[in-house]
Amino acid sequence: MTTAIAELKYQIYNRRLGLWLFMLSDSMVFLALLAARYYMQGTHRPPEVNQPLGLVLTSILLASSFFANRADASIAHGDRAAFLRHIGITIVLGVAFLILVVAVEWPEALHFAPPSTGYGTALFSLTGLHATHVLSGVIVLLFALLKGKRGGYTAEDHFGAEGSIIYWHFVDLVWVFIYPTLYLVG
Amino acid sequence: MSVIKGLIFGLVGFAIGEGLAFLVGQDPFSDTAITLGYIFFLIGWLLGAGVWDHWARGWFGLKDKPTPTLASNGWMRYLMFSTDHKVIGVQYLVTFVALFLLAGLLAMVIRIQLLNPNGPLDPQTYNTVMSFHGIVMIAVAVATMIGGLGNYFVPLLIGAEDVAFPRINALSYWFVPPVAILLVIGSLLPGGFQSGWRVYAPWAERVGPSMLLFLMAFLTFGVSSILGGLNFLVTIIRLRAPGMTWGRLPIFVWGIFSAALLSLIFTQFVATALLMEILDRVVGMAFFAPDQGGGAVLYQHIFWVYSHPAVYVMILPGFGLMLEIITHFARKPLFGYKWAVGALLGIVGLSDIVWVHHMFTSGLPDFINAAFMTATELISIPTGLIFLCALGTIWQARMRLTTPMLFALGFVFNFAIGGLTGIFNADVPTDLHLHNTYWVVGHFHYTIMGGEIFALLAGMYYWFPKITGRMYNEALGKLHFWITFITFNLIFAPMMLTGLFGMNRHVAEYPPELGGINQFISLFSFVLGAGFLVFVYNMVTALVRGPKAVANPWQLRTLEWHTSSPPPEHNFHHLPQVLAHPYDYGVEGVPAHAVVAAGAAAAPASE
Repeated sequence: MTTAIAELKYQIYNRRLGLWLFMLSDSMVFLALLAARYYMQGTHRPPEVNQPLGLVLTSILLASSFFANRADASIAHGDRAAFLRHIGITIVLGVAFLILVVAVEWPEALHFAPPSTGYGTALFSLTGLHATHVLSGVIVLLFALLKGKRGGYTAEDHFGAEGSIIYWHFVDLVWVFIYPTLYLVG
Repeated sequence: MSVIKGLIFGLVGFAIGEGLAFLVGQDPFSDTAITLGYIFFLIGWLLGAGVWDHWARGWFGLKDKPTPTLASNGWMRYLMFSTDHKVIGVQYLVTFVALFLLAGLLAMVIRIQLLNPNGPLDPQTYNTVMSFHGIVMIAVAVATMIGGLGNYFVPLLIGAEDVAFPRINALSYWFVPPVAILLVIGSLLPGGFQSGWRVYAPWAERVGPSMLLFLMAFLTFGVSSILGGLNFLVTIIRLRAPGMTWGRLPIFVWGIFSAALLSLIFTQFVATALLMEILDRVVGMAFFAPDQGGGAVLYQHIFWVYSHPAVYVMILPGFGLMLEIITHFARKPLFGYKWAVGALLGIVGLSDIVWVHHMFTSGLPDFINAAFMTATELISIPTGLIFLCALGTIWQARMRLTTPMLFALGFVFNFAIGGLTGIFNADVPTDLHLHNTYWVVGHFHYTIMGGEIFALLAGMYYWFPKITGRMYNEALGKLHFWITFITFNLIFAPMMLTGLFGMNRHVAEYPPELGGINQFISLFSFVLGAGFLVFVYNMVTALVRGPKAVANPWQLRTLEWHTSSPPPEHNFHHLPQVLAHPYDYGVEGVPAHAVVAAGAAAAPASE
């Protein structure tokens, strides 16, 4: 029995390391795009940028990270009901973020900074790639939610949930760099 | 069978993508439609090839089907979604040796064109041939060593059962066939590949759909390379056998480790650069359009941030393999093992601050060029250390001049020339003269073909008995070496000379007074190409009726020789216990590198 637990811990450690290496690698894409924004446009920012929207988007994502963390802590203590509740809130916030980006941020930006301009290129590539990551994060959280509902996780063995939550924090962290780059500098 | 099922699923996916594009009113040959079609093709292909059967079913609470094994599918498992690292290694080796021979044939076409100052091909066809040769050889240089030999031998050398993530490993291989399909289709489309393998903007954004296929193929290959790098890092960090400390790691594994680190971090930059070009084409963004607010040399910056480290992704495992083979056949301890490891990691550290040396002629300020010139020249320090380690190991050794040893020694000779001629490309004043001439082509082939490909050939002869269980013909192997080594030097040394005389690369024609020297080069190119027939003949006949190889035909110390040839399903019958350094040949009182026996590893290793 003890060897089985040792083996499981060993496997989880390997997966966790793989996930962190993946995020290290993935962050290079955003590094290149962020650098490209300053390279192309310096700190130029069009005056039409919707500041309240940026603040709301950032608040939503940061709040979702809090609930994601609560979900992680709940399942680590074996509290399945709290896990499902918190991960559900995280997903709702993630979807709200996506809707705001696609339905508000992009149509507005199309007017003052279409993709054929320098700032528009930076805005649409950064938010587009980030939204793709948010979407993939929502999908893996959904899988974790469904597996949790089926009772697929225990306090010892829940890497599927833990991994998707770590990934969610990563996606939020990326936004912490994108927000000032697009909304605040200049 | 994975291939057929993958193709069917892929074509269904392609139809879905094209259909979606049609619904939003796009022409089926527009960039948008092709991109959507390819994305869905790729998803369909991967699902059909085995991701659905062996992986994705689990996400939906279904039971995954077992992956193919020797017992369940016999040799057919080589055509399937196998998670065995040895099967994947052989899949990589066979695929990329075939691509290597194909791209080699295209090199022959290039040399036929350059027999005369005005060859038979029109410039556009010539550029397509040249770009195809370039990109496929780049892929071969990256993937045959890491994906093929690395996959097969890293787990064996560290005493592991398999890699850390076997399914991701299989996935990284199954990304490769779409790359080959895209490249072949793209090269036949009108327009062809006109931009060379570097796909510089804005040219690559203005040629028809053929260039789009090229961009997507390159991007897909990048994803495969990233997944491979990730897998090797976790495998080497976490799956070493008891007693296999970092200080006892075979030097080839250190080479793969360094290269994996580079490809994990830097491949993302080329992926981003290609993605930016695709976005420019498909969405109409302005990354590389200075008149709309983009950057004129932005593409070059991002591209070379990867593509300089990419040459170290190729050469670092080559360094490792060369040192590995030289040590074994010199039958002496590796001279300066720790310095060699430090040198490999030092190159990893320096490789990301040298990229501007590819851009000395793009008009950057002098202080930037000077800084990157200095950083580039620093790389000669760790590279010099590797050479000292090789020479110190050969020093006063009674070498066994087998075929792999000859190729490894050829590496040392060729790479010395490649390294010394590189200094003139690293120096701004000389590079301004040499840039874009055949000097660069000669220098590059001295390092990558004379270096990495020689190491690769050395490795394929060296491990042939382990992979196949049969012995190749030593006389034919040596014949292949001497043909390759002599003609290689007779081709690429004069080629550098043509560059000094001002012959431009990437151009289908040249000044008539260089006709004689080019005919000389072409003649020996054809001999070099014919030499590979000896290689193929030797490999095929040995595979069919070569004498059976024993477990350890050369009496070597490292772990892969402690198991049968070919190794069993999970590599070792018992968990290996590593006792000593792998290269302590002839050192008094040192035990064997490892023991593989029941109970040997019963004592838990310190984690």
